Amino acid sequence: MKLFKNTLFWLIVLVTAAFALVPYLSGNITLRETLVLSAIYVILAANLNLMIGYTGYVNFGSIVFFGLGGYLTLWLVTAHGVNVFLAVLIAGLVTSALAFALGIGILRLRGAYFALATIGVNEAVKDFVSNFDAWGGSEGIFMPFTAFKALGGAGRALWIVYFLIILVMGVSLVLSLWVKRSKFGLGLFAIREDEDAAVVLGVKAPLFKSLAYSLSAFLPAVAGGLYFFKNGSVVPEEAFNLNLSIEAIVMVMLGGQGTVSGPAIGAFLYERLRGMLLTIPGLSNFHMVIAGVLLLLIILFAPGGLMGWLYRIWPRLRRVLE
Amino acid sequence: MLEIVSSVLDGLLIGLIYGLASIGLTLIFGVMDVVNLAHGSVIALGMFSLLMFFGAGLNPYLALVPVLLLGFAFGVVIYLIAVRRIINGPSLMTLLSTYAVSMIIIGVGTALWSTSPYNVNIKSETLNILGYTVTSARLIAALAAVLVTFALYYFLYKTTLGKAVRAVSNNREAAELMGIPSQQILAISFGIGTALAMLSGALIATMFPFTILSGGIYELKSFVASVLGGLGNPTGALFGGIILGLIEGSVAPFIQVSWTNVIEFVLFVLILLFFPRGLLGGRR
Amino acid sequence: MKKLWFTLLLAAIASFGMAQTITIGLTVSKTGKYNVESVNQLNGIKLWQQWINDQGGIPVGNKKYKVELKYYDDESKAERVQQLYSRLISQDKVDFLISPYSSGLTAKAAVISEQYGKVMVATGAASDSIFKLGYENVYQIYTPASRYLTATIDMLKAADANLKKIAIVYEDSKFAKAVATAAKSYAQNAGLNVVLFEGYPPSTTDFGPIINKIKASGAEALVGGGHYADGATFARQLYEQKTPLKMIALLVAPASDEFAQLGDAALGVAAPSQWEPLVKYTPDCGVTPGQFVSMYEKAYGKTPAYRAAGGFAAGLVLQKAIMDAGSLDSAKVRAALDNMDLTIFFGKIKFSTDPKSHGLQLGHDMVQIQWQKKDGKLVKEIVWPLGAKTADLIYPIR
Repeated sequence: MKLFKNTLFWLIVLVTAAFALVPYLSGNITLRETLVLSAIYVILAANLNLMIGYTGYVNFGSIVFFGLGGYLTLWLVTAHGVNVFLAVLIAGLVTSALAFALGIGILRLRGAYFALATIGVNEAVKDFVSNFDAWGGSEGIFMPFTAFKALGGAGRALWIVYFLIILVMGVSLVLSLWVKRSKFGLGLFAIREDEDAAVVLGVKAPLFKSLAYSLSAFLPAVAGGLYFFKNGSVVPEEAFNLNLSIEAIVMVMLGGQGTVSGPAIGAFLYERLRGMLLTIPGLSNFHMVIAGVLLLLIILFAPGGLMGWLYRIWPRLRRVLE
Repeated sequence: MLEIVSSVLDGLLIGLIYGLASIGLTLIFGVMDVVNLAHGSVIALGMFSLLMFFGAGLNPYLALVPVLLLGFAFGVVIYLIAVRRIINGPSLMTLLSTYAVSMIIIGVGTALWSTSPYNVNIKSETLNILGYTVTSARLIAALAAVLVTFALYYFLYKTTLGKAVRAVSNNREAAELMGIPSQQILAISFGIGTALAMLSGALIATMFPFTILSGGIYELKSFVASVLGGLGNPTGALFGGIILGLIEGSVAPFIQVSWTNVIEFVLFVLILLFFPRGLLGGRR
Repeated sequence: MKKLWFTLLLAAIASFGMAQTITIGLTVSKTGKYNVESVNQLNGIKLWQQWINDQGGIPVGNKKYKVELKYYDDESKAERVQQLYSRLISQDKVDFLISPYSSGLTAKAAVISEQYGKVMVATGAASDSIFKLGYENVYQIYTPASRYLTATIDMLKAADANLKKIAIVYEDSKFAKAVATAAKSYAQNAGLNVVLFEGYPPSTTDFGPIINKIKASGAEALVGGGHYADGATFARQLYEQKTPLKMIALLVAPASDEFAQLGDAALGVAAPSQWEPLVKYTPDCGVTPGQFVSMYEKAYGKTPAYRAAGGFAAGLVLQKAIMDAGSLDSAKVRAALDNMDLTIFFGKIKFSTDPKSHGLQLGHDMVQIQWQKKDGKLVKEIVWPLGAKTADLIYPIR
C-alpha cells in the first residue's frame, strides 16, 4: 500500500496515538475533555474539506450529518437496545445513504444555490426532528443510565468512547490523504476547477459529486453517534447547530482548503482559541466575532489559508504535509 | 370559519413584512449576484436600532427614518469592506465574507445586549374590524411595508439613479460603457438592500419581542420568499413574502403550529430543485 | 527556640483547620432566555451561602466548613452545560453540585454528575423524566411537573362546577410538555373536555396563530405556557387579541414579580407556584418563611419569588444532608438525602428512593396565585389551597 511509504500517513498515526495515549496514561480527565472537542472539530473539518476543498461545493449545512448520526445512534440504543458500537456503524451507513440520495437532488445546483439548499436541508431536518415524537420531539433523546453500565460503568465507557472518537479522527485524516492521491480525488479536483470541462473529459461528475457528498457524511455521522452517546443525550438545537457548520467552514478555510493537513491544523487552532475565549467572563461570545474577523481576513487576503501561505514560502513542505 | 379568515389575514399582514425583508435580499442579488448572508444580522440590528431610538424618546414610527438612513450607511460600509474586493471572484468568497460580517455583527451585538429578549413597548390599540381582532402595531407595520415598497418602485423606475441601478443589474459592463460609475452604484444598491432589511427589523420590533439572534429566522424566511418569487426580482420577493405569509396563515389552523417551519423549509428546498427561477421568474 | 517552633506549628495546624471550605459548583444562565429566572435562583443560593458563612460555615464533625460557590454562564444553552459541568468536576474539583435553572438544562447536567458520581441538588427543575433514567446522584427540590397543574384544575372545578371546555397550550420544552401531558389526563379524569392540546416552539414570539386556534376551539379556560419570556408574551398577546377566556393559568411567568410590568394584561392571570412569601410552613430547621423574606429584602431590596426560595432551599437541603452525614463523602451524603423527611421554609422535603424514580420530590406541594388589584396596585394573592389563601379567586377574569 503506497500509503505506508507516505510521511504524512505516519505523522497522522503519531498524532492520533498521542491524542489517545497522553490523557489516558496520565489519567488527566480535563485534558481528555479538551482533546475530545478538538478531535470532533478535526473530524468535521477534514470531512467537510472533501466537499469544499476537493470538489469545490460549499456545504453550509454539513452539521446535519453529525446530528443525524447522533439521533440515529441514540434511538437505536434506547428504543431498540442495539449495542452502541453497532448502532454507531449503522447510523453512519444510513446517514451516508441518505446523503447520497439527497446529493443526487441538490448537487445539481451550483454555487450559492447549493449552499442555500444545504442550509435549507439542515433547518428542515432540525424542525422535523423537533416535531418527531418518536425521537423525543423538542426534548430530544435521553439515555437511561444503564447504557453506560453495559460498557462496564460510566468511567470506563467514557474512555472507550474517547478512544473511538480519536480513531475516527485518525481515519478521517487518512481518508483525506487517500482520496487526494487517488483517481477519484483527481476527478473531484477536476470538477472543482471546471466542472463542465471535467464532464467533457469523461469524469462522471454527478456520480463523483454524490459519492464525495456521501463520503463526507459517513465519519461525521459516526462521530456524532459517539459524541452524543458520551453525552448521554441529544437535543435538536445542539445536534443541528448551524453555527457549528459555519465554524467548520472557518476551520477549513483557516487551515487551507484542499490540503490534507490544513483543515486539521485549522480545526485545532480554532478550537483552542474558542475554548480560551469561552471561559473568560465577558468575552465568551467574542469567539464569534474573532471567527468572523478571521474568516473575513482569510477571504480577502489569504484564501489559501495557513497552509496555502506556508506552502508559498516553503514549497518543499507541500510534498510532506500535502 | 372566522378563525380561518383571521389567521389568513394575520398571515397576509405578516407576509407583507416578510416581503419587505426579502426585497432587500433579492435586490442585492439582482444587482451584483451576491447572496448577502449578513441579511439576518442586519434585520436584528434594525430591531435594536429602533429600541435605542425609542429609548432616546423618539416616537417609534418617526424613528423609522433614521433607522433607514443608518441601514443605508451600514450597507455601504459592509460593501466597501467585505464585498468590493472580491465581487468578481467565485461566489463562495462573497458567501463567506458576508457570513463573516454577520458573525461579527452578532458577536458584537451579543456582547452589547446579550441574548436575552427585549421589547419595544409601543402603545398599541386593539382594533376589532367586523370580528377580526388586530393590533394597531401590526396594521401600521404592514402599511409601512407597502408604502416603502411603492417608494422603492418609484425610485427604481422613475428616477435616474434608479435607472442606473437597473442598468448595472442588467449588464454591468454595458452600463459602464454607457458612463455609469458601477462601483458607486453597487455600493448604493447594497446600501438600499440593507436599509430595507433594517427597516423590516424595526417594524417587526414594534410587534414582537426580539433578541440579537432573532434575525436568523427572518433571514431564512427571506430566502424562501426570494426564491419563491425568483432571486433577483423585487416584485417577486414581495409576492413571495405574501405567499409565504398566506401559507403560514392558512395552514396554522389545521396543523400544529410548529410544523409550519418544516413546511417552509421543505418548500424552499423543493423550489430550489425544481423551480430555480422561482414562480415568477428571476435573473438566473 | 523550641517554644517558637511549637507556636508556629500550632499556628500552622490551627490555620489549616480554619481554611477548610466546601466548594459547590453550578452554572447560571446569566444570558439567554432563562436569564431572569436563573439569576433569581442564584440570588437565593448566594443568600444561603452568606447566611451559613455568617454562622461560621457548615458544621461537619467538630469542624466548620465555609461554603464557596463556583459558577459559569451557561447562556441558557444545552451544549454549554455539559462542557461546564465537566470542567467544574474535573478541573475545578468541586465537592458538590447544584443544577442549572430549567428542566432541560438540568437534564444535561445530571448526566455529567451521574457519570462522575457527584451529588447534585436539582432546583429550578420540575421534570419527572430526569428521574426515570436510573440516576442515583440527583435530588429534586421542586414539586415535579406531574403535580404542577393538578391543583390548578382542582381550583378551577371548585370555582365553576359547570366548566366543560379547557385548552392546554404549552411551550414545547421538557418541563412544560411534562406538565401539560399530566394536566391533560388529570383534566379528562375530572370530567373536563380538553378541546385544544398543542405545543408551540420555545422561540415563539408571534402567538397570533395559536390564539386564533384557542378562540376557534371554544375553550372557556386556558392552562399552559412554559417559562418566563414566552409566558409573558403569550399573556400580553392574549389580552391584545381580546381572547374570551374565563380563566388563564400559565406556568412560571405569572409567578414572577416582573409579570406586573404587563399591566392590565396581567390582571386575573393565575399560576401554580412552588412557594410564595406569605406561605405558613413551620420548619423543622433552618429559617422560617418570614425570616427568609426579610433577609432577602434586606440583601436585594425586593420580595423574593419562588425561584430564589428554591435556590436557598437547595443550599439548605445540601447543608442539612452534610450535617446529617457528618462527612463530605458523597456516598454518606447520598444516604442522608435518601433518609431526609422534614419541613423547611420552602415546604416538605422527601425524596423518592425507589430505583425507578430515585431523587424525585415526593413531599413538596404547589400553591396557586392570581394577580389581583389591591389599592390600585397589581399584587399576587394566594388563592389555593383554600386553607392557605390570602384572597378569593376572581372568576371569571374577563
